[in-house]
Amino acid sequence: MQWHDEAIVLTVRRFGETAAIASLFTREHGRHSGLVRGGASRRLAGVLQPGNQVAAAWRGRLDEQLGQFRLELTQARAAQVMDEPPRLAALSSLTALLATALPERAPHPALFEASALLLDGLASESSWTALYVRWELGLLAELGFGLDLTRCAVTGTDADLAYVSPRTGRAVAAEAGRPYAERLLPLPSFLAAGRGTPPANDAGRDVADGLRLTGFFLARALLAQGGHLPPARERLRLWLEGEALPPPGPLPAPPGGVKPLP
Amino acid sequence: MAESDLDRLIRLLAKLPGLGPRSARRAVLHLLKHRELLLLPLKDGLAQAAERVHECSRCGNLDAIDPCAICGDEARDQSLLCVVEDVSDLWALERSGGFRGLYHVLGGTLSALDGVGPEDLRIDRLVSRVAAGGITEVILATNATVEGQTTAHYITDRLAPGGVAVTRLARGVPMGGELDYLDDGTLAQALKARRPL
Repeated sequence: MQWHDEAIVLTVRRFGETAAIASLFTREHGRHSGLVRGGASRRLAGVLQPGNQVAAAWRGRLDEQLGQFRLELTQARAAQVMDEPPRLAALSSLTALLATALPERAPHPALFEASALLLDGLASESSWTALYVRWELGLLAELGFGLDLTRCAVTGTDADLAYVSPRTGRAVAAEAGRPYAERLLPLPSFLAAGRGTPPANDAGRDVADGLRLTGFFLARALLAQGGHLPPARERLRLWLEGEALPPPGPLPAPPGGVKPLP
Repeated sequence: MAESDLDRLIRLLAKLPGLGPRSARRAVLHLLKHRELLLLPLKDGLAQAAERVHECSRCGNLDAIDPCAICGDEARDQSLLCVVEDVSDLWALERSGGFRGLYHVLGGTLSALDGVGPEDLRIDRLVSRVAAGGITEVILATNATVEGQTTAHYITDRLAPGGVAVTRLARGVPMGGELDYLDDGTLAQALKARRPL
């Protein structure tokens, strides 16, 4: 058995002294693991970084075997975001969530496309935080826990949607939800129906609300599989909520004019 | 059937990095043939190391004295602190001879997959060490991997309230490196970190 596919590197575990077992998210074959000979070598260390896109060739005697991967780097995405803490946290969160939530060998081509788009956006887009929240909504839908944010569950209107019911995952209009506001999850305006434009300040409260919303349902979805939200997702939330706070003073420059970390 | 002394020695040596059962057998045979010259000094060396070598209570380095020779060296720059993942990284930096400050060994990196959190590393000790004063610059020499850089960013965040300068090692073209053979990530990093001549 053998196949060729595009893939995103999710996790890598060293196997013996020279090999590694890589878990990849492939376009046509879903999350798939395989042995990478020489995977612990310096030559492949740069390739086997989470978030990188690779051309993968899998080969095994039987379909159900672990099999072996031969990998070639096509996009070094990890290196593009390494110096930017929130973007690196988002990359780590994306790969950790895919590694935790997706079942093995079940194809999710639409989710692969969305993940590749988000990873590209992390390196280039200024409004990547809104993109990230939308990606988590897509992940929920692929896992079978999709939210209905198109119209109010109580009145049927698609106007002024402001909350989401934690029980049903359906949107609720501001007026209908006001008496229960404390028990409902806030719906950020950039996720409400008919408001596809990015938020004015997507690093602020709207994104924090979006992450709280998707985090609540992701935790529930993962709990149903016996798992929990990965620490990388929590670190991302803390980073982004930290950005909404007043920024700390600049770090003093070290002697010799070396630039401090951003 | 009881394991013979020889088989036990071969089995133990085969667990060392770079050795398998065949090479362990060859090593054991070599040791036995050179009993006075190799086997007995090795036995004494191992026993002494097992008894005396411990982690330095300040930096996490391995040494027979505490604080270790590096921490106790008054001639080193006490205001520079280099943070490394492992003792092997400390040894690599010492071999380079380019750094004359102090070290702090973290003992690993944050890893979501392996469940390694900040409490599993010597990060709290690092923060206390910096808070105690006297250090003006912390150099983060973690590996250029997603986990290494995630750890570096986390430490930067933890050290920010103290106002100490935090720097990291440069990344780019290695000595003797040919552009044609470099991976895309290293090349992108090298271009980002370009400097005027």
